[in-house]
Amino acid sequence: MSNTFPFSAIVGQDEMKLAILVAAVDPSVGGVLIFGDRGTGKSTAVRALAALLPKMRTVVGCRYGCDPARPFCGAKGCAAQQAGKSALVPVPVVDLPLGATEDRVVGALDIEKALTQGTKSFEPGLLARANRGFLYIDEVNLLEDHLVDLLIDVAASGENVVEREGLSVRHPARFVLVGSGNPEEGELRPQLLDRFGLAVDVKTPTDLPTRVEVIKRRDAYERDPAAFIALWKKDEDKTRKRIVAARERLPEVQVPDSALERTAQLCMALGTDGLRGELTVMRAARSLAALDGAPVVGDEQIRRIARPALRHRLRRDPLDDTDATVRVDRVLSELFPA
Amino acid sequence: MAEQVSAARRAEATGRGVAGAAEVGATDAVLAAALLMVDPAGLGGVRVQAQAGPVRDAWLALVRSLVPEGVPLRRLPQHASDDRLIGGIDLPATLAAGRPVLQQGLLASADGGLLLAAMAERLSATTAAHLTAVLDQGLVRVERDGITALTPSRLAVVAFDEALPDDPPLSPALADRLGLWLDLSATAWRDAPQPDAELAANVQQARAALPGVRVGDDLVQALCAATLALGVDSPRAAWFAVRAARASAALFGRAAATADDAALAARLVLGPRATRWPPEPEQPEQPEPPEPPEEEAAPPPDRPPEPPPEAPEPPAPGELEDQVVDAALAAIPAGLLARLASGEHAADRRSLAGRAGAVSASRQRGRPLGARRGVPQGGARLHLTATLRAAAPWQRVRRLMEASAAATAGPVAAPPVPAGDAPAPARVLVRADDFHVRRFEQRRTTTTVFAVDASGSSALYRLAEAKGAVELLLAECYVRRDQVAVITFRGLAAEVLLPPTRSLVRAKRALAGLPGGGGTPLAAGLEAAARMAEQVRRSGSTPVVVILTDGRANVSRNGQGGRAQAQQDALAAARRLRALGGHTLLVDTSVRPEPAALALAVALGARYLALPQADAALLSRAVGGRRGR
Repeated sequence: MSNTFPFSAIVGQDEMKLAILVAAVDPSVGGVLIFGDRGTGKSTAVRALAALLPKMRTVVGCRYGCDPARPFCGAKGCAAQQAGKSALVPVPVVDLPLGATEDRVVGALDIEKALTQGTKSFEPGLLARANRGFLYIDEVNLLEDHLVDLLIDVAASGENVVEREGLSVRHPARFVLVGSGNPEEGELRPQLLDRFGLAVDVKTPTDLPTRVEVIKRRDAYERDPAAFIALWKKDEDKTRKRIVAARERLPEVQVPDSALERTAQLCMALGTDGLRGELTVMRAARSLAALDGAPVVGDEQIRRIARPALRHRLRRDPLDDTDATVRVDRVLSELFPA
Repeated sequence: MAEQVSAARRAEATGRGVAGAAEVGATDAVLAAALLMVDPAGLGGVRVQAQAGPVRDAWLALVRSLVPEGVPLRRLPQHASDDRLIGGIDLPATLAAGRPVLQQGLLASADGGLLLAAMAERLSATTAAHLTAVLDQGLVRVERDGITALTPSRLAVVAFDEALPDDPPLSPALADRLGLWLDLSATAWRDAPQPDAELAANVQQARAALPGVRVGDDLVQALCAATLALGVDSPRAAWFAVRAARASAALFGRAAATADDAALAARLVLGPRATRWPPEPEQPEQPEPPEPPEEEAAPPPDRPPEPPPEAPEPPAPGELEDQVVDAALAAIPAGLLARLASGEHAADRRSLAGRAGAVSASRQRGRPLGARRGVPQGGARLHLTATLRAAAPWQRVRRLMEASAAATAGPVAAPPVPAGDAPAPARVLVRADDFHVRRFEQRRTTTTVFAVDASGSSALYRLAEAKGAVELLLAECYVRRDQVAVITFRGLAAEVLLPPTRSLVRAKRALAGLPGGGGTPLAAGLEAAARMAEQVRRSGSTPVVVILTDGRANVSRNGQGGRAQAQQDALAAARRLRALGGHTLLVDTSVRPEPAALALAVALGARYLALPQADAALLSRAVGGRRGR
């Protein structure tokens, strides 16, 4: 369990890795949806995140993992008020398994305390644990509807409000939603789809060297996980440093008016609904520029991020079977000739 | 020349497929059972295609005979609930301990062993997803009923796939994670595998030897190449093939896998997954451009040195690949082989639509939604956690009250429970109003039934426009995740053009092929719509009937001509449809508003909408309004 396949050792799937890094640098990009073929390392990539991300500073004893640098969140059970010690902890990557019940997701009355001590106290759920980190849902398209509703609400507000069993609790729940699944097993509700900033389409590799490399690395990992992780440590460190540097650079990255105009043109040509598409392209391109070490967002970043940022926002024409990626590519090649 | 070679190879393989499939099946069935028990968790499991019967029983008995002492073998019942499957709250223990206690589920209790699923193709999508999660992660994650637990579970699933050709197939996600695919349907009873003590001993030794067995790079390369040649997409298949080759080598007491092991792996893992006939190599195109898989993660030079392959004499890479592909082809049943050879797509593709349907079916039965206050009676099930949560805050008060009640009742009453400092309360005091019951979600889907008048009078002017309007409505229904059904009536009778479906592509195709002309059997059309609406209601969905007609019936119910009788029959049918209840929309497709259509709408109790210019958007809004309620 403590061993996970290193993120850097995942063969290929560049768009998926890029989208995850972009969201890791700037969580305001929104979540990442990874849809596609089976066995392509979707969940491996997400689970690898926990080991990859630089640690974060939290208030010791805070049940929501609050940031000491931020003002007190006001939630009961948040220790930030006492201005106590802080510590570095790994960024939470929380699994929301299928079959989870609502009480464990939002949190509920702590039965044990209530029974043994007669006190009414709140037992935080997965949303609390995921605060400032990632909430991962494998097979997101099979998630029960009432949990989807709940997630949509919390993901939008960044706050979990619990009103149940005589408890009235609100606590911060800001997380990057990461979902993965296979579209053949069911589609995603449009409202939930919209919550994901980036949508990645993963395809199975079709060339022999890549396939062989996938198998070899997995074999090496399963034989001796510790040795394999040690072997990839250098690459992991490099990726981690890249994230840290990008986060530092992020506030300074310029988004010129020309880039905004280009984004607007792109979204108009694609006919995406609302402003969310433009906003996502802009934020993701900025995050990408920070990763690239570019001081200014340019066409280059917009072109690279357009697919994951927009492919799930195209108005669905069910009678036109053209793949969304193809449609984005078509417009990209018109507006952004390479 | 190349063509001749190709034809010869094809004929040879096909011939072997016909004659050899049963034989290969019989011996490979034994080996599959053995490999499974050598490396259960590594192979994920086996998909056995066979109906229940003596052959299957014999194979299962063989598996049982190979299961070592102390290794669990559990059966997965068809409709195991989530709390039995992944675990949930343990009722007596929770009440006794006064805190939530986890009861392990089936998945955790099968750790290290096998989980048998009969009729695996009928498993619900959720159950299949739980299985895939365990197979992926090797652990069970419980986040239920106030309990958080992480239990390791490395198991293998034996899925008996009994799907007939038209049934919805085994969940593709689950099938993908089961390494070995075995088809016993062609195996004769006399070839049925027998339990074998010697084999069991070999399996035991192989289990111990497995970690030390190597699979050389050349074999990995050949197996990966075979996946490409056979159109096996999932990278998991290649991985399982490597694991199977390793298990095979361990079984035969080899320190490194050989071409024979790879061939067996190809037969059990790759062959049954093949989706196409391997392309013929024109020339032995040896020099595959060995471009690095990617720039960023190119293998660093300090990779641990691969030990030299210990295989006796490694054949040339191309040759090895051919051997592997041939072995895989040998394992393909004759019928499938012929299909592959003729370029048809393999059975795997049919899976897509079927599964989606199954998902929606399981949703209609209702998903657990949470709890509400109530007494568990009349079929409602107790929600223990919610009940405990409701009771918990009152325990101290209730104990005090009970103690004081006991005190006033008399000195001989039970000794009062000390209120504050008792380490573990003897029992939880639950009152009737604490009870909570489970709530199930009733997902109400809507099915829009289109009854389209395709008769001559309508068709002449309006059919094309009506089709356009229906297509637009279909798109809207799709967005709302409604189902649609299309009935058409013309000539003498009505016809179900499209049973309720979510597939837009099908709906579109059905409409495009809709012919026009002939009389207007309006009564038959309305009756067909009523039947469909009733059927939709029975399946738990809400019907909305949209009738597109000009209302000018001229064929009566029993198929006779004559306008007057036809109109009467139509009105009678309309009243019957109305009596069923539900929402109806009548779209008048005539050029000018038609009194007959209006009269029909009145008889139907339907909303009437004249369609002067076939304004599809207006139509769509009208249906949306009906449906929205």
